[in-house]
Amino acid sequence: MALEVAIKKRFEKFKLDVAFTAEHGVTGLLGASGCGKSMTLKCIAGIETPDEGRIVLDGRTLFDRERHINLPPQQRRVGYLFQHYALFPNMTVAQNIAAGVREGSRAERAERAAGMIRTFYLEGLEGKRPRQLSGGQQQRVALARILASAPQVLLLDEPFSALDSYLKWQVELELMDLLEAFPGTTLFVTHSRDEVYRLCQDVCVLDHGRSEPLQPVRTLFEAPTTLPACLLSGCKNISQAKKLPNGQVETVDWGVTLAAGRPVPEDLTYVAVRSHHLRVVDVPGENVIPCQVERVVEDVFSTVLLCTTPGGVAGLSRLRVELPKGTLQDVGTQVLLRIPPASLLLLTSGGRGSGV
Amino acid sequence: MDWYPLYNSLRIALIATFFTFFLGIWAAWYVAKLPRWLKGVLDCLLTLPLVLPPTVVGFFLLKILGPRGPVGQILLEVWGQKLTMTWYASVFAVIVVTFPLMYRTVRGAFEAFDRSLLYAGKTLGRSNTWIFWRVLLPGCKQGLIAGTVLAFARGLGEYGATSMVSGYTPGRTATISTTVYQLWREGNDTLAYQWVLVNLAISLAVLLAINLLEQREKQVRWPVGDHEV
Repeated sequence: MALEVAIKKRFEKFKLDVAFTAEHGVTGLLGASGCGKSMTLKCIAGIETPDEGRIVLDGRTLFDRERHINLPPQQRRVGYLFQHYALFPNMTVAQNIAAGVREGSRAERAERAAGMIRTFYLEGLEGKRPRQLSGGQQQRVALARILASAPQVLLLDEPFSALDSYLKWQVELELMDLLEAFPGTTLFVTHSRDEVYRLCQDVCVLDHGRSEPLQPVRTLFEAPTTLPACLLSGCKNISQAKKLPNGQVETVDWGVTLAAGRPVPEDLTYVAVRSHHLRVVDVPGENVIPCQVERVVEDVFSTVLLCTTPGGVAGLSRLRVELPKGTLQDVGTQVLLRIPPASLLLLTSGGRGSGV
Repeated sequence: MDWYPLYNSLRIALIATFFTFFLGIWAAWYVAKLPRWLKGVLDCLLTLPLVLPPTVVGFFLLKILGPRGPVGQILLEVWGQKLTMTWYASVFAVIVVTFPLMYRTVRGAFEAFDRSLLYAGKTLGRSNTWIFWRVLLPGCKQGLIAGTVLAFARGLGEYGATSMVSGYTPGRTATISTTVYQLWREGNDTLAYQWVLVNLAISLAVLLAINLLEQREKQVRWPVGDHEV
């Protein structure tokens, strides 16, 4: 069970260059909007044709430029969940699901569709039209229709983007159960780091059409190694950096020198630290920076301090600190912020020349 | 009052609309799939009858269907029948004149159609024929009806090309529009007014039908997906 993708496609102002192998389980494709996530899915489904490369699903070649193989979407057995589910508006729920059943007589097809309706708790809705359903119900119908077609891989394109936020949680839980029952590979496209963290085992970061090597989700959040990965994992404090001869790190934007507590890669480009890893301390010491409190923002469950570091680049020499709610700090006062060496994320250009 | 012109006009418009309906859908489907440059060229050619004066269309038709034209000559030899100056010559004229209306309306509907529905059909393993008949056409129903009504209305009122290929023979090729012209030339205002009223009534009915359709279209809104690169 594996989906191998290595494709390139050129557009006027955009180049898609994606390579990864998704094994069984859920693999996330994480990237900002417009980075080529949906285009990658369309190439896998056969809706778009890549300029070069190949796509192999469980040993079956779906596309190979050099061998002139390009299966039509009908023969690829790829289940594609569209952003807005793409239910046929002129058909009822039952007809929509029956449209997904590929083989058998009319009676067998209806039987299989009825089975799917039971599996997805859609009883009572068979005669309804898609527009009469809630977002969550629409998603269930779409998934039932896709699974009725017995796909070998599932492609989920931002499956929660069409839902209200209060519905999202419930639908996400349902989807999790379903994905566990699905034996094949699942590709999950999203721009949300939270969804990736909750739903995926591995993740492939896409940045301006280029893919980074596949990595376990934990690695992305605990030790991202490139700037795009770090930004997508939600890190707010990032500074350009250089490695110093003594093994320490000079942060260009923050204007301070820091210890990393471990060997620093030669091609270091940026360092980063998560807001909740910064500590307010009482005494100066290693990696302790005296900062000025610029703003205090009360968030729902925490207090956020925006501090400026001494020196550095104006406008960029800023650290965001998240503290437990109730912490009292006044604007204009000095605080000592410590960056634990182990929490300092060391970022490189990623070896693919992504031009950061 | 001799009702033949009404019968003839309706007969010509109905038969022509029947052919225009299928031709327009067929052309829209194939042109929409073509590469961009070819699409542009064909689009111009297919829309031409809409902007050309109907007399120019009639002139071309006479040159093709006339006894010495390429098509007319063959039919005359094979069948011993003249194509021009008959009531069914008007059918050809009306098809040519109404075709662009159907073609453009349907193509607009096809292009506005949510493509992800077509893609969904494909990834579910459905044939392109199935998708065309079961997904695309039902989804473009309003556009199909609007195009058909427009084509029918235009066909009913067609004068220029019709009068050139069919002429005016009372009881044989006379239509409402050619009759009104003829009556005005003869100074028979009373009868001309009657035909004008008939024409007005039909036109109003058609416009009313279009308005009602547009209102229904506003009520029925299909969800439309957005697309990302």
